[in-house]
Amino acid sequence: MQVPAQFAYEKATSVDDAIELLARHGPESLIVAGGHSLIPMMKLRLAEPSTLIDINGLTDLDYIRVEGDQVRLGAMTRHATVLESAVVREHFPILPDAERTIADPLVRNRGTVGGSLCQADPSEDLSAAFSALRADVVIRGAEGQRVVPVREFHHGPYETAVAHGELLIEVRVPIRTRTGSAYQKVERRAGDWAVASAGSVVSLDGDTVAEAGIGLTAVGASHFVAAEAEDALRGRPATDEAFTEAGRIAAEHCAPSADQRGPVDYKRALVAELVARTLQRATARARGEA
Amino acid sequence: MEITVRVNGEQVVRDVEPRLLLTHFLRDELRLTGTHWGCDTTNCGACVVRLDGSPVKSCTVLAVMADGASVDTVEGLAHGAELDPVQEGFVTCHGLQCGFCTPGMLMTSRALLDRDPDPSPQAIREAISGQVCRCTGYENIVRAVRWAAEKETAEETAEKEASKEEVTP
Ligand SMILES: Cc1cc2nc3c(=O)[nH]c(=O)nc-3n(C[C@H](O)[C@H](O)[C@H](O)COP(=O)(O)OP(=O)(O)OC[C@H]3O[C@@H](n4cnc5c(N)ncnc54)[C@H](O)[C@@H]3O)c2cc1C
Ligand code: FES
Ligand code: FES
Repeated sequence: MQVPAQFAYEKATSVDDAIELLARHGPESLIVAGGHSLIPMMKLRLAEPSTLIDINGLTDLDYIRVEGDQVRLGAMTRHATVLESAVVREHFPILPDAERTIADPLVRNRGTVGGSLCQADPSEDLSAAFSALRADVVIRGAEGQRVVPVREFHHGPYETAVAHGELLIEVRVPIRTRTGSAYQKVERRAGDWAVASAGSVVSLDGDTVAEAGIGLTAVGASHFVAAEAEDALRGRPATDEAFTEAGRIAAEHCAPSADQRGPVDYKRALVAELVARTLQRATARARGEA
Repeated sequence: MEITVRVNGEQVVRDVEPRLLLTHFLRDELRLTGTHWGCDTTNCGACVVRLDGSPVKSCTVLAVMADGASVDTVEGLAHGAELDPVQEGFVTCHGLQCGFCTPGMLMTSRALLDRDPDPSPQAIREAISGQVCRCTGYENIVRAVRWAAEKETAEETAEKEASKEEVTP
């Protein structure tokens, strides 16, 4: 039987209360959101927080709304809510594509957007999707709040721009015209973490790629981004040849490691194929064809 | 810490350690052993209960996180002596063999039908995709849930017909 080490437990009543509780309980205290990454780690004693600060009561962080040319998702939005959101599906089909592959429907009833990003698991799917979308995150602490691009949010595996005493409160995704997006993942079995995943966002100007966003997960891509492939696509005609080439470049520049999910060359082959396919689908969606 | 949880409609108050998992709270504190405890790693779904209506894996929820919430377990599924249609479906369609996965499967199936009274076999497969059954090969579980869906739809239609007849003289 797996039992977490002892800890004290506090329920935060507001964002400011959570920030204050973190300060009061010191550097060994941790936020718990859905708990579906943290509690398994505590059961394995890979995490032994002195105090858990529960933010499940902060229902005011559970929202999806359009504001100007952005869609804003509160940190406590559950995976299941993102998957079912009509607003999200309309503007960013990459997100329901990704959500459908994250864990299983039961885990998705608990796990949150904020917890996923803050966990910063190298195989996490939303980080790749939000990176492809060039989203920003809002972080709040005792000193006020700041906005950080998702592409600068991850400092390494399990490390992010959120310092102790701070909370991620919101993700902001820019809405762009003539833009489509898509996500695909290869997994060993239903509900498993990715062998490799890719997500693409394509903005068109006529038949030319005006801007491309390509996110990768589980393959050691820096900041979950295939930057070299994006550079190669920008300004090029949106053709299958260009997408295959972008896939090849992404596969070359990522850094997968061999593990029980497969050897390096297999993962690179998956990246090449998944990048090309998601670029095709994103482009078809940008053209209103899919 | 003292917590108040509405378990199968009844308020219970207990003093628990923050590290107590909801599965063990139900099984060991309340002796509701219908909720099973399997993998302990959030993979098998033997421990599924409904937390404020949503099916969740109770081995990955702290009991203190359920403070102020309602929890429904398999023990609360039947209506007195009458089985819930999903339970009847599992019996009729041979949706279980050893029965280890069954409480979790029943809770997820009930939650699915509450949301979608006429789920396709594919939707049923997706709903139970976070749960493992080592015996049935899932086929009969899907049939059992379809059976329950059809029974409930038929009952509802019959009720509507009956109320129509009442108004028309
Ligand atoms: C069986 C299983 C399979 C899974 N498969 C996948 C998968 O395929 N792909 C995938 O992407 N994910 C997967 N996950 C992870 C799942 O999506 C988690 O729910 C998610 O990673 C963490 O979200 P959470 O809300 O549960 O976070 P928690 O576990 O509560 O927290 C995770 C970390 O983030 C911190 N934190 C949480 N919220 C905040 C906040 N607002 N501000 C600051 N810090 C915060 C916590 O202190 C903790 O360190 C899987 C999980 C399980 C159990
Ligand atoms: S015991 Fe909870 S998922 Fe297996
Ligand atoms: S009936 Fe035996 S595990 Fe499902």
